[in-house]
Amino acid sequence: MTTTAQVLDALSGVRDPELDESLTDLRFVAGVEVDGSSVEVRLRLPTYFCAPNFTYLMVSDADAAVRALSGVEEVSVLLEDHFASEEINDAVGAGARFAEAFPGQARGDLDGLRQLFQRKAFVARQGRVCDSLLRAGVTAQAVAAMHVADLPDGHDSERCLALRAELGLDARGDAPAFLRPDGGALDAATLPRWLRVARLVRLSLEGNGGLCRSLLQTRYGIEDPEEAAA
Amino acid sequence: MYEKDGERYFIVDGHIHFWDASPENQANKYGTGFINCFYDYHRNLSPEEWVWPLEKFQKYTEDDLIHDLFEVGYVDAGIFQPTYLSDFYNNGFNTTEQDAAVAEHHPDRKFIVNGAFDPRYGKEGLKAFEELVKRYDLKGVKLYTAEWKGDSRGWKLDSPDATMYLEKCQELGVRNIHVHKGPTIWPLDRDAFDVADVDEAATSFPELNFIVEHCGLPRLEDFCWIATQEPNVFAGLAVAIPFIHTRPRYFAQIVGELCYWIGEDRILFGSDYAIWQPKWLVEKFVDFQIPEDMQSELGVLTTDVKKKILGLNAAALYDLEVPAGVGAQTTEAAGAVASDPVSVT
Repeated sequence: MTTTAQVLDALSGVRDPELDESLTDLRFVAGVEVDGSSVEVRLRLPTYFCAPNFTYLMVSDADAAVRALSGVEEVSVLLEDHFASEEINDAVGAGARFAEAFPGQARGDLDGLRQLFQRKAFVARQGRVCDSLLRAGVTAQAVAAMHVADLPDGHDSERCLALRAELGLDARGDAPAFLRPDGGALDAATLPRWLRVARLVRLSLEGNGGLCRSLLQTRYGIEDPEEAAA
Repeated sequence: MYEKDGERYFIVDGHIHFWDASPENQANKYGTGFINCFYDYHRNLSPEEWVWPLEKFQKYTEDDLIHDLFEVGYVDAGIFQPTYLSDFYNNGFNTTEQDAAVAEHHPDRKFIVNGAFDPRYGKEGLKAFEELVKRYDLKGVKLYTAEWKGDSRGWKLDSPDATMYLEKCQELGVRNIHVHKGPTIWPLDRDAFDVADVDEAATSFPELNFIVEHCGLPRLEDFCWIATQEPNVFAGLAVAIPFIHTRPRYFAQIVGELCYWIGEDRILFGSDYAIWQPKWLVEKFVDFQIPEDMQSELGVLTTDVKKKILGLNAAALYDLEVPAGVGAQTTEAAGAVASDPVSVT
């Protein structure tokens, strides 16, 4: 039988595509109920007006992640307190596409948007690894010459490689350790400049993530001494 | 005017509102949701002593505004940025007419009343826009591309209709185009916060100034990418500057990166009153410095930089007279990146 813990684990693999963080870390999961083979998930967001395209992606990704669990037959993912809750819940529940949820208001589906934010996330994730290498005293020259196999162990490196798979980029050991999102190479001359831009992307993602967390706390009156002190 | 340590700062609040979001004026659940969303920003990012009860936040008085901006908030000139939201509020959320009435009631206070246009009204709307400009002698407009209109969820600045309105702005001397992005747009499958349409418009209209409100957040990298290429693109600090209280290191990065990428002459202070109050923002900003461990990369904020951001830059855009002795010591732009940036994506 499926457990709540299994459902939460599945949801931890679903990211907010705009923030590149998982729904469970962001505390967007308001509740999970398991009744035999049927699962109900309630999601909540920091604002009533969170962008409907990213919102749809989260709801439909959550739906797919829970549906993939063995033993689960019925899934209902319900977004709460959002201006388009009804449209999105109905569409995802019926397996309808984004453009069908908002007839006349969208030109197509969200593959392009998802990929754009995967690229931003890739830049940000690599920037984190790169910055920590430079801080540790590795030269820009040495960083630019590194291969995937030379990447330091750890969460950030793993996340870079995971995104390579999603973006269709070479993740083999002899591939360059750092790449532009289009697969293009970085050399010692262009690396510092690229890194400066990567910091901007990180600033957008991480800053926005911080704002979303604190707005969620305010909106739902969540007490969290640990986060409040951060 | 704000004075600290023998320095005088001319304050132009580049982003103020006089809104009515009272329950009587809310047309539907979207109007309720909109002001509640603003209120969460207000509660979340303000120092505790500055948090208003919801009822006051929904609708405050002209006296509140005059007091908060001019009597205690050090503001020398305030720029009204209307936000109509006609689909959410019966009489609109914050219209040009509402703002102009406040300005008329207080001729002793320096207000700049900006207008707005919505290209979805097409050719028919153009005449009404022209009348609005003439009636209030407008020098600027505030555009909200996420505004709903019937079934439409927004518009883009590079559409043929928007171009027609920008041509009209140029013809009538409406030079300052404040652009505010929101969570919806047409088409909905695109990133609503993307500022690429500002890039197009800024290239087509080099004589107009494009002030991107909230400095493009949460897409700072996209904003810097276009602003380094277009000399007529500016950053408005509304919504970014209150982070000075809750997350000063984050604010340091934002303002430091802006100075690095676009330079100190193209950054404008704005409180977004009544979401935040200029008094504490001005005081904290003048006292603020980039943390030491970040200075090697982001530099420091000199007194001159602060003077420019708090008022002198906006004064230049709106031809405001600055009293003698409060100008910046240096007039050269410093810190801007001269070469083309690297494409991120």
